[in-house]
Parts: sequence; C-alpha cells; structure tokens
Amino acid sequence: MTASVRSDPTRRGRPELYTSYESDAALLNTPGKRWGVLAIVMLAAAAPFVLGNPLLLLLATAFAAAIGAIGLNLVTGYAGQVSLGHAFFVGLGAYTAAVLSGDPDARLLGFGLPMIVWLPAAALVPGLVGLIVAPLAARLRGLYLAIVTLGLVFLGEHVFREWRSVTGGPGVGRDGVQAALFGVSITGAGGGLDGAQKAYLFTFVLLLVAALLGRNLARSKVGRAFAAVRDRDIAAEVIGVNLTRSKLLAFAISSAYAGVAGALLYTLTRTIDPNSFNLLMSVRFIAMVLIGGVATISGSIMGALFITLLPRFTQLLPRFLPFIGEGARGGGLISTADLEVMLYGLLIVGFLIFEPRGLFGLWIRIRNYWKGWPFSY
Amino acid sequence: MSAGEAPPILEFDGVRLAFAGVRALDGVSFAVGAEELFAIIGPNGAGKTSIFNVLSGIYRPQEGEVRFLGEQLIGRSPQVIARMGMSRTFQNIELFSNLTVIDNLMLGRHHHLRYGPLSAALWLGRAREQEVANRAVVEDLIDFLEIERYRKLPVGLLPYGIAKRVELGRALALDPKLLLLDEPVAGMNLEETEDMARFILDIRDELGVPMILVEHDMGLVMDLADRVLVLDFGKAIASGAPPEVQRDPDVVRAYLGEDHRVDEDPVPQPAARQGSGEDS
Repeated sequence: MTASVRSDPTRRGRPELYTSYESDAALLNTPGKRWGVLAIVMLAAAAPFVLGNPLLLLLATAFAAAIGAIGLNLVTGYAGQVSLGHAFFVGLGAYTAAVLSGDPDARLLGFGLPMIVWLPAAALVPGLVGLIVAPLAARLRGLYLAIVTLGLVFLGEHVFREWRSVTGGPGVGRDGVQAALFGVSITGAGGGLDGAQKAYLFTFVLLLVAALLGRNLARSKVGRAFAAVRDRDIAAEVIGVNLTRSKLLAFAISSAYAGVAGALLYTLTRTIDPNSFNLLMSVRFIAMVLIGGVATISGSIMGALFITLLPRFTQLLPRFLPFIGEGARGGGLISTADLEVMLYGLLIVGFLIFEPRGLFGLWIRIRNYWKGWPFSY
Repeated sequence: MSAGEAPPILEFDGVRLAFAGVRALDGVSFAVGAEELFAIIGPNGAGKTSIFNVLSGIYRPQEGEVRFLGEQLIGRSPQVIARMGMSRTFQNIELFSNLTVIDNLMLGRHHHLRYGPLSAALWLGRAREQEVANRAVVEDLIDFLEIERYRKLPVGLLPYGIAKRVELGRALALDPKLLLLDEPVAGMNLEETEDMARFILDIRDELGVPMILVEHDMGLVMDLADRVLVLDFGKAIASGAPPEVQRDPDVVRAYLGEDHRVDEDPVPQPAARQGSGEDS
C-alpha cells in the first residue's frame, strides 16, 4: 500500500496528492508521518540499550498506562461517554492475569497458566464485564453516567478488599502477574537481557499493537459511529447508527484495553495492593486523555507518558524549592505527593482552558506554525 | 397529477399525535407516489416537522398508520427505518461537527458497510475493501454536490449554505428510497436558494429519488413540487397541484386571515382534498 504510493513519481513534492482511496485512508498518509513515526519507533527500540534500568521501568509503566489511556479515549474521547470507572476494569484485568498466571501452590488462588492464556483473558474478562455494565451507559449520559461509573469504582474497591482468596486483602496483597515468553521470564534476568530491558520491549510491542488496533477502529465505521453518537445522537440514529450497540461496543472495547493495561502494569510491579484501583487511578487516566488529546490515539500515548513521568520531575523540585517536602516525611508546606495531585488538577484545568485538544493540539499548532513559516497565518 | 397509477411509496393514514393535550397532528392523511416531489406547507407550528419526526421514528403517534414500501413504520426505531431506505435532513443542521465532510458522508453509508469490529480493528479484507468501495460512492456525491474543495474540512468550520449541502449529501449517501427535506433553503440567500433548487431537481431527474419537501419559501415550493399538502394546526386543509392549492379559500384564510376573499371561479375540488378530521 505505502510502497506504491512512495514510488509514484507524480507525488514528488506533493505529499497530499492521493491517487487511490486506499492511500488516502492510510494511517500514515504523508511521507512526513511515515518518516516521523519510523524515527520515533527506532529511537524507542534503541532506548533499552542506552537508558538506565529505573528509567526503562518507568517508561514501561508509561507504555502500559498508555494502553489503558487509549481504551479510555475510545469510550470517552471518541464515543463521548464519560467513564470514571476505568480503574475498576484495570483492576479486573490485573487480577484476572494474576490469578491465571499465579503459582498454583501458593496460599492464594492461582493456575500457573502461560501468557497465551492470561493475556487474552485479561482483555476478555473485563471486556465482558464492561458489556454487562454498559446497558447503563445506553440509558444515561453525561454527569449521570459519570456518577454511575464512579459507583463502579467503589463497588470494585470493596470486592477487591474483601475477596481475600484472590486479592490477599488490604495490606497484604498478592504477587504481581508472572509473565514469561518462551520460558524466559519477562521481568527477571535471563535471555541475555535485564528484566527492565525485556519489560520495556515487551510493553512497547504491545503498545504498538494496541495503538494500531485503536487507530484502525477509529478510522473504520466503528470509530465514525462512536463520533456520531458523541456529536449528535439523534442524527446518528436517523442515519442508521445503532446507538445502543455503539455504546455497548465502546464500553466493551475500552474495558478490554483497560484489562490489558492492568495485566501489564502489575507485571511490572511485584505486588498488587487491592487499594490501588481507586478513584485517583481513574482520575489519572482521565488526566492522560484530557492532557494528551481527546479523541486521538497518539494523544493518549503522549498523555500517558506525561502523567507517568510527572512524578520524576516533582521529585526533583524539593532541591530547588525549599517549601516542598520530600515524600511523605513532611518538612515544608506540601509533600511531593500532594503536589502531584494538585498538578493533575491544574494541568487538566489549564489544558481545558488554553488547549482543549491537549498535547496533540500543541503539536498540531507547532506543525502548522512551521508549515506556514515565515508567515504567521 | 396524483399518485394513482403506481402504488404509492408512502401512505400516511389518519395519524394523530398529541403532546399532553396539544394536538400536533390531528388525523392527517396523504400518500406520496413513487416518483413524486411532494411538498408540505403551512404556518409555523402547523405540524410539518412533526410529520417528519413520525416518519423517521422519533415520535410515536397515538393513532393512525404509516406504511412505507408497504410496511408498517409506526413502532420501528429510527435506525431500522433508516435501513429501510428513509433518509432526511434537519431544519437546523444536524451534522457531526467535529468530523470532516468525508467522514460525515461516510456515516451516511454506515449501514451499507457490512463488516464487524474485529475486521475493523485489523483493517483486513472486508473492512478495507468496503471502505474503499464506499469512499468511491461518497466521492461521486461530493462531485454531484460540488463540494470538492471542502472535502477534508471539519463541517463545524463550513459556511451555512455549504453545511446544508453536506447534510443533503449525507442523506443521499444512504441511497434513500424516499428523501425528506426539512426546510432545505431556510436562511439562505437567493443564490444559495437557487443552487439548492437545482440540486433538488437534479436529485429527482438524475437519481430518481422521490422527496417530501417541507419549506416556507413559497416560490420554491410552487416551482418545484408536483403536489402540495397544506397543514394548519395539525390538520390537512388542502392538497393538490400547486396552482389549485394557491387558489384554495381555506389556504388563503390560513395564511392571510379571514377577510381575504378569492374572487375567482370556484376551484374544482382537488382529488385528494381532505377535510379536517373526517378521514380518521
């Protein structure tokens, strides 16, 4: 598809001349996008051999979070259904993966199954639960839906705390997901690479797959139907879009993405604490979507990187600003943890006011500036 | 020119629609022929748009029957009715404003695209083939409506007259068997109105799609329509060819008030003339 486009001599110097609908609809439909994405992928693939292990693990966490952010963006950004329940589905995915992969002889429930089983299951189980919860979304919208999905988080928190045979209960928790590919552990040493390097590459590949599937959905009839439901639901119905089906599908797909994100996030950490799937986690995902760019896949990734790397920068702040205390130990007016929470809020408000299209919108602005340079219009 | 020869494509029979005591439609009946351009006129609040909302399944009338292509419409959802081949535009533009012109028109093709979410996510085989094939259909419509230069713009940025045209395009993209146009030239200047009139005639002559037109611009209605139905306070007060309707004393009274008399020969009773309520 792309090869035929590139070799067409009439296209030289005219990046937006299309000679087929196929190339018009292509994901990377200009040479600029193709080279840009290639460069980013090459850089990201080279990173594990350059960067230190702590940073690699942090980036791997960001990639896993990005998968969840893509999922939330599909339901909230594309289909316009505000969901605060994302953390619940992340938890569901994490526990599905942990139970299926867990040691059968340990004190908690575990089946010791390989990744080929638990990874699809981590998408399937939350997806199905999403499908069960979704009829609510078909009847409610806006704030009401947000409140109901908020209830989901509280229900989830309770179940995760109390179902001790699976989750270990609060304060104890259970081991993270045991991931191995061809018998080589993904997070431990072995296979000639460090655990952090392997974890990074593994999450990176899965993020690429998730992003590709997401973009394909977005450009297909499915994605268009989502946007139609978001923009004008009555008009959508009148032109033949099935509202209920679209909303159900959006919820199911989004929950499946959240589940995979959960499974990956807790592959990277050693334990799963049942208290972590709370409202704050949902808000973090909302922040990723809003800051990254609503209804964009690349924006979701940018937002996830931004939000996940943010603590790295706030940790540096106490050195320069004496009124900020380090960690929870106090000293100073506010701790770095408080500062982070405040920054989420400030950033969300700031972006909503000044650049509602998020980081993606900033990028478009910069690109358009240089396209028009030296003219400012 | 009545719908006598071929079986009518749409039969609207004794429909009553009330909202908590307010009678929006009070026993309205009419039929639209297979190649007809049928117009509905009437003062504000006469129930014109209510008829459209009944036809597209948004309102459910308390009484009456609506048959489209011989099938009962009442009780079916808007989405099912759209799939049966009924397509419409709205009085106030109801486009998906964040999407491009192409995406809006592709949404009109929605039910012609027959592939599932799995095929969509992988962008293989069916999904890819059908997207390309339907994109070609959409391109023909873009060409037909002369909106080539706006193709990739989000419709929220388009001028009003162009947005109206895009909405017409989206309705046509469904490959309708009956097209409902709700005030297609409302708020347009003379030039835009003439453009739209030309497109309406082209749709009839080139695409052969029957239409129901609701419009306040009398000049347009009288020039284009084959038959006109006049509504007043939810009742059909006259119907027939444009010149007959224009001379009908009830119509004159509804539009101009009691004191105006038509000093002409008595009008021959139009074939499909309906008295108020007697047909229920």
